[in-house]
Amino acid sequence: MRSAAPDMGGGAEQAPGVSAGGDAAELARQLRICNICQYCNGLCAVFSAAERRPSFTEWDLDQLANLCHHCRSCLYDCQYAPPHAFAVNLPRALARQRRESYARYAWPRPLAALFGAGGPVTLALGAGVVLACVLAMLIAVPLSVLFSPQLGPGAFYRILPLPVMAGGAALSLGFALFAVGVGVWRFWSAGARASGAAPVRWSAVGRALLHLLRLDNLRGGGPGCADVDHRPSRLRRRLHHALFYGFLGTLAATIAAAGQHHLLGEQAPYPLTSAPVLLGTAGGLSMVVGCIGLLWLHRREDRTPTDPLGRGMDIALLWLLLAVSGTGLGLLVLRATPLMGLALVVHLGTVLALFLLLPYGKLVHGAYRAAALLRDASEMDAEVDAEAEVR
Amino acid sequence: MPVLESKPDVLVVGGGVAALAAAIEAARLGASVRLLDAAPRELMGGNTRHSRNFRYAHSAPTPATPDSYLEDDFRADLLRATEGLAHPVLSDLLVSESRDLPRWLADQGVALQRADDGNLPYSRRTAFFLGGGMAAVRALYDRAHALGVQVRHDAPVSALRLDGTRVRAALGGQRLMSAGAFVLANGGAHAAPDLLREHWGDAAEGFLNRGTPWGRGELLRGLLAQGAQAVGDPGLLYLVAVDARSPREDGGIVTRIRGMPLGIVVDAMGRRRHDEGADTASTRYARWGQRLAAFPGQIGWLVLDAAGLRAAPPALYPPIQAGDPLRLAQQAGIDGPKLAATLTEYNARIVQPDDPTDPSRWRTAGLEPPKSNYALPMVEPPFSAYPMRPGITFAHHGVAVDDRTRVRWRDGGYLDNGFAAGMIMAANLIPRGYVSGLAVTIGLVFGRIAGREAAAYALGGT
Repeated sequence: MRSAAPDMGGGAEQAPGVSAGGDAAELARQLRICNICQYCNGLCAVFSAAERRPSFTEWDLDQLANLCHHCRSCLYDCQYAPPHAFAVNLPRALARQRRESYARYAWPRPLAALFGAGGPVTLALGAGVVLACVLAMLIAVPLSVLFSPQLGPGAFYRILPLPVMAGGAALSLGFALFAVGVGVWRFWSAGARASGAAPVRWSAVGRALLHLLRLDNLRGGGPGCADVDHRPSRLRRRLHHALFYGFLGTLAATIAAAGQHHLLGEQAPYPLTSAPVLLGTAGGLSMVVGCIGLLWLHRREDRTPTDPLGRGMDIALLWLLLAVSGTGLGLLVLRATPLMGLALVVHLGTVLALFLLLPYGKLVHGAYRAAALLRDASEMDAEVDAEAEVR
Repeated sequence: MPVLESKPDVLVVGGGVAALAAAIEAARLGASVRLLDAAPRELMGGNTRHSRNFRYAHSAPTPATPDSYLEDDFRADLLRATEGLAHPVLSDLLVSESRDLPRWLADQGVALQRADDGNLPYSRRTAFFLGGGMAAVRALYDRAHALGVQVRHDAPVSALRLDGTRVRAALGGQRLMSAGAFVLANGGAHAAPDLLREHWGDAAEGFLNRGTPWGRGELLRGLLAQGAQAVGDPGLLYLVAVDARSPREDGGIVTRIRGMPLGIVVDAMGRRRHDEGADTASTRYARWGQRLAAFPGQIGWLVLDAAGLRAAPPALYPPIQAGDPLRLAQQAGIDGPKLAATLTEYNARIVQPDDPTDPSRWRTAGLEPPKSNYALPMVEPPFSAYPMRPGITFAHHGVAVDDRTRVRWRDGGYLDNGFAAGMIMAANLIPRGYVSGLAVTIGLVFGRIAGREAAAYALGGT
């Protein structure tokens, strides 16, 4: 059964003007209007998930916010959008709740402040990490080695010894995965407490995974989403695919490289036609296209449906990913030149920055979205079960 | 001194679905078109912004509509709803032309919600706009822009200048706009307070307008004064029960109060006046709107006990609540002792059915008026009340048109170059009654006809 957690923004003072009770109360107010209207329920999963809820606890709002893929169509399709007195701007209210939910569940708690600090702070921290790496390298590696061409197997490790490189990557990524894992686990358990833990079936896992990989909720119910203005477009979804699958490509490149190193005993750098280089290059190029495209969309988009702080986080992450993929491709170009050492350090610095900042930036959205989609699929199963029982 | 403007082939007055359909069709035929919407851009779309679905005939399932809805079925539904008063020729036209609407809408870029997406109630009679009427309005404006239609918002038109049976110009503010032909599609007079007062007296103060505030009907009333033939009755309103705390205008779909069968409805004296269990179909919304118009002060309260409130559909505003009927009445402004007495008598007259698990079997005996369904005991505190008023949706009143949408004159003639579409002429088809999704269909079908006729007239050079 639903927990005794307080319904956000309930009570007799509740009126259809903008709520004075904070962001969560304001989102609950808007969703209550949506639940009566229901005109938008063909656009994405948020609306049917909201209709399932007679009231909204903080967790319900977090769940709906993370189910939202920020398609934005529902603002332009809304008969109650500002300047109407009901002032419904659901994509913005959900984006705000989503950002606040990342902070609410973040581990360790003190670092959650980064979610409210804004994109420029994240970018400055990232730049600081890269700079620190370069400085460390300038101190640790003799300049004659750093700035002379390093060729043949093991060339990279003459700049940065393998144990340092692998250890640094493992530690920073391990920390990132652990921190995000704790956050998502907190979100998931809050849901289990609130929703009575509808059983999670494998079929639900499969459906949720498909929704995640296909971005079904970024289709606007078919014609596309309001990417730039109200007109349906498929650009954001396609660019996100380019970025995400490019990212997976570079991940596959790393795994392939590890395989070649440990199983075949071949040391990087690998030839241009090897699996790690091909996968990494294709993935990196795809990421660059996705990042630049999405940054361009951010420049052009109508900001009405966006949350300014969340938008800053988006942009910071895109720059960070563009730095990672761009410097990766740069390293490939420069790897036979005296600049290889510097290119390697800058690239690995951006990767380190990405990993360290990962739990406190926009990249967590993937994990929270996956959890929300799985919860939603399970709730649908429970609904079907309940209907079958009635019959 | 009014300023004379450059002259388009077709001037479309209005900003909802009828005006848009007319503008698009006229532009497609090669006419230069200007569209004048009274509303600001942010609140464009007339009452279509508050709509969601349209009714159309189809003989096989489509992605947007299951099963079939034959032309004969549509015609029969229309006749039944209007008690046989729908204009026969225009009804046939409406029904037969409705078949083509999904294809036409798709061509204009309007998306329909899939009937099988799991989020729609079963409806073989109507198709739903994906994202609702606002999404359709935006797509149609985009299409109009792409076809070169000049769109102006904040541009109300208050009167026509006539030259015999020829429309010479439209007057909007200080601007006099001439054109080859005119499409009059700016709705009825549902939001005109003075007209309401004329027909309803002081009671008009108690009404809320669910629709666009720009439906003042100045053009319609001017036409009638100039000699156009009226249809319908300006005092006959399509009313729906809405929360009395709603905004005076533009509240749309969400202000409705729906749970009448789950409780009792009382007036300010705490008296019941109607059988709350009698109708449970969606027509009950309109029935209660009419009833509330006859309540003292045009206000009534849906009273529910805790069990009733749990079963009631969600409402926009929280109910007024108290631990007992006396205090509830005090807070709501109802006569307290009377309400308590009404509740006591109601509870005393309930007859428990043989199968008490089926709420629809519970009824009262010896109670006047009776409650013939869902007459469950109202004993569980707290008690809740939703204040309700009649919400105006449209008026069954407009100008008579022929099958080319030409405005008919009382002397039997027609306007040469004035074509009416949408709610300004809907009373030809619905002089009374209503069925869901009809208004948008009327707007689309007759808007398209008016647009084609206007273009043909203007381009024909007559």
